[in-house]
Amino acid sequence: MLINQFLLLGAALFCIGVYGVLARKNGVLVLMSIELILNAVNINLLAFGAMHQGPAAITGQVFALFIITVAAAEVGVGLAIVLLIYRNRTSVDLSEVDLMKG
Amino acid sequence: MLEHAWVIPAITFTSFWLILFFGRRLPKGGSEIGILAVGSTLVLSCVMVAQWVGRAKTLAVGHGEEIEHIRGPVDNTVRWFTSGQFRVRVGTHVDGLTVVMLFTVALISFLVHVFSTNYMEGDRRFTHYFASLSLFTTGMYVLVTASTTLAALFGWELMGLCSFMLIGHWWEEKPNSNAALKAFFTTRTGDIGLLVGISILFWAAGGTFDIAKINQAALSGQISHTVLVVAACALLAAVIGKSAQFPLHTWLPDAMAGPTPVSALIHAATMVVAGVYLLARVYGVFWVGFHIPDGGFNFVAAVGATTIVIAAVLAFVQRDIKKVLAYSTISQLGYMVMALGVGAWTAAIFHLFTHAMFKALLFLGSGSVSHSVHSFDMVDDMGGLRKPMPKTFATFMVGSLALAGLFPLAGFWSKDEILLGAGENGYKVFMIVGLVGAFMTAMYMTRCVYLTFFGEYRGHGHPHESPLPILGPLYVLTVFSVGAGLLNAPFTHEWFGKLIENETFFHAGVATHDFSVPDALISTVVVLAAIGIGYLLFFQGKLPRGVTARQPLARVGYTFLANRYYLDHIYTGGVVGGISGPIARAAYWFNQNVLDGIVNGVAIVAKKFADWQYKYIDQGAIDGTVNGSGHGAEGLGGFFRTIQTGRVQQYGALLFGATALLALALVLTV
Amino acid sequence: MIAENIAFGVLAASAVLAALRLVTTKNVVHAALYLVVVLASVGANYILLAAEFVAVVQLLVYVGAIVVIFLFGVMLTRAQIGHESELDNDQRGIALVTALFLLGILSYVLIDFFQDDKLPELTGVSKATLQATRGTGAVGDAIFSTYLVPFEVVSVLLLAALVGAIVLARRD
Repeated sequence: MLINQFLLLGAALFCIGVYGVLARKNGVLVLMSIELILNAVNINLLAFGAMHQGPAAITGQVFALFIITVAAAEVGVGLAIVLLIYRNRTSVDLSEVDLMKG
Repeated sequence: MLEHAWVIPAITFTSFWLILFFGRRLPKGGSEIGILAVGSTLVLSCVMVAQWVGRAKTLAVGHGEEIEHIRGPVDNTVRWFTSGQFRVRVGTHVDGLTVVMLFTVALISFLVHVFSTNYMEGDRRFTHYFASLSLFTTGMYVLVTASTTLAALFGWELMGLCSFMLIGHWWEEKPNSNAALKAFFTTRTGDIGLLVGISILFWAAGGTFDIAKINQAALSGQISHTVLVVAACALLAAVIGKSAQFPLHTWLPDAMAGPTPVSALIHAATMVVAGVYLLARVYGVFWVGFHIPDGGFNFVAAVGATTIVIAAVLAFVQRDIKKVLAYSTISQLGYMVMALGVGAWTAAIFHLFTHAMFKALLFLGSGSVSHSVHSFDMVDDMGGLRKPMPKTFATFMVGSLALAGLFPLAGFWSKDEILLGAGENGYKVFMIVGLVGAFMTAMYMTRCVYLTFFGEYRGHGHPHESPLPILGPLYVLTVFSVGAGLLNAPFTHEWFGKLIENETFFHAGVATHDFSVPDALISTVVVLAAIGIGYLLFFQGKLPRGVTARQPLARVGYTFLANRYYLDHIYTGGVVGGISGPIARAAYWFNQNVLDGIVNGVAIVAKKFADWQYKYIDQGAIDGTVNGSGHGAEGLGGFFRTIQTGRVQQYGALLFGATALLALALVLTV
Repeated sequence: MIAENIAFGVLAASAVLAALRLVTTKNVVHAALYLVVVLASVGANYILLAAEFVAVVQLLVYVGAIVVIFLFGVMLTRAQIGHESELDNDQRGIALVTALFLLGILSYVLIDFFQDDKLPELTGVSKATLQATRGTGAVGDAIFSTYLVPFEVVSVLLLAALVGAIVLARRD
């Protein structure tokens, strides 16, 4: 198998995720798109790990595990924030959240 | 049974889950499961004591000529997990100390369970209460049977959690949940030391958590003395937190917010002595680390002695009967720690054993009283209770005298042994502190008994004697408060001591001393004098009334005590809030006095200069330039402002776009 | 060899298609279900890369836990279950341009650098060697020896996230 086929799959998922993060209005959907981005990164890590022999092969897997853990933490906090936004303005429309407007 | 000690915590652990899941559906709300489980562990622990007594003395200890044969410990370990080079084993280590602790915990826990069925009747979290009690008992069993420091840590933390849950049992009231948090955080502060100590000893003893091996390594000089000192200090921090020693003792009086049976079980008889147990268990580390056999002075004894006096003084100014007992507990724990510090190992464990009996009796007695008058305030709601509650009064009286250390009750023997050990091992100062403590103990207990049971009834309603589930445990504990001391008396040939003295004890060569009549006479005289003076002061009213109002010095002292040496203020105000407060005030003062002066001076000079400058330079030359650039900046700002929409996704688009552009630039140039 | 490539083709196609639907669908619940497809396909890809433990964790944590949390999020924010017209904001064009631009650059760089590099063949390697170098046991050893400190940090992070999420979401 080519290494590039995995890396390109990762790149494709990453860009789809970026599109989702930028174009979606619903906060929950934005968080889902972020999961796509993180998964793309995981594919890259594992592909690079598989490319090497020896200890580096394990490093890729270990860091993929760490990313999965961090993603879980991120979803937890992210959804809590979305929930808070919903509670304060009865909508999860992110384009209405513009208190930082200059 | 000695090999299968793990069964005991397993029973109560099972009971915890059973109560949690099925307790509510049972007619007695799950209390029957708890009583059955703890009762069966009590039977098993009695079996273990009997088997231990009957065990052949095969282990040779001692050096050269003085070889003695003792009962060897029973180990039963299995592999827990392997990670690379680490092989961690877990299991039980049973010796005399373990079986005695198991028996003590099982007995008190069983009596508290029985007591609670009546005391907690109708409580809205009755089932959860019994589940927590079971879990707590499990934690204590795990600690005392643990063969490794890791398993001990597990039991230790489990107890901390249950203590938190039970102190905050009525968490709807803010003070209760605050007290629970305070107890948890304060003991956690010490637990950091436990973690550090365990880690250090793990590496120092050659990669093992096994307590027996750690003791051996410490005593054989395999671990360098510096490492031992650090490890011992770290472990001592844990002991100070858990066993409520000065200066981390402040959580224990607040912990009285929990139900009274809980105070009897956790905050008098078992959990708070976990620190003492730990000290006694890894005694080798302290023995060598703090030079305990050398006599004179050491840190452990100093902590204990300070605690004895400081807590006993505070017991005099309490109005709440449970607070008196709480400070008394702290003070008695100080005795145990001091005993270990001065090398009186057997005496410390013996005092732990007798203290568990009479202090549990006193706490349950106070529970019986409060059950009847619905209050804990001795000054306002009690008095004269000896008539309506004669049985509670009699048992409480025995407990008080045992605590005071009157011959021949339990406290006399154990306290006397500690004082003897301190005197004989070259710690004369600490013996005197112990005597002072004994004097104060007898006196504040006189005050407590007077306020509760003598004089006129000052409360409302009609107090009545408690029912049998409450009185039963009191009777049993009364028997032990009277008889427990005889187990280690000269005419029983120190049976108790022979039972518990283990490998570490002999390996270290801890000194033992025979009962000395003059020493016993001195302490008896001290106790009798204290009771006599207490009688004059409290019963006869010879205490100068209003002394705090007339004498400024007395008033200052009283206020100091009433505020508990301001330790709580120091912790909350000083340690927690103080980092901002005083620094802010200091900064304000500095601002007002130093900086302002400088600024004012500079300002006057600057104003003169500015007047001149204004006229000629500002108005003429600079204004034009400034106005011009101001208009320019405003225009530019207005342009950039349009990008600042406040919408995070537009920022994201800019971020990704810019990154892509940078990447493009990189690709094109490289 | 060919079987692997076919498997990869199927998995990659389903991942990309489901991901595309995820970011374009008009139904929030469907989006969560498409996310399941993406995550499962990616997890299957991990097996192709000889990382079976990560694959299982992916299934357990993502498909088992995180998707459920997402569904809770959908439920608690009372999103319309069913068709909803207004799920995209007004910068779809910008987003599309940015994403395609990124994809172009990434693809160019990857193809330019790795060309036809192949992953090392694992068919000839003995089972024992595989287990020792990239098996589940090796992952466990690495986590609890070489990467012990990061592991502890991650556990503290999870705890902090747990506390943070509770503090944020509770009403008082």
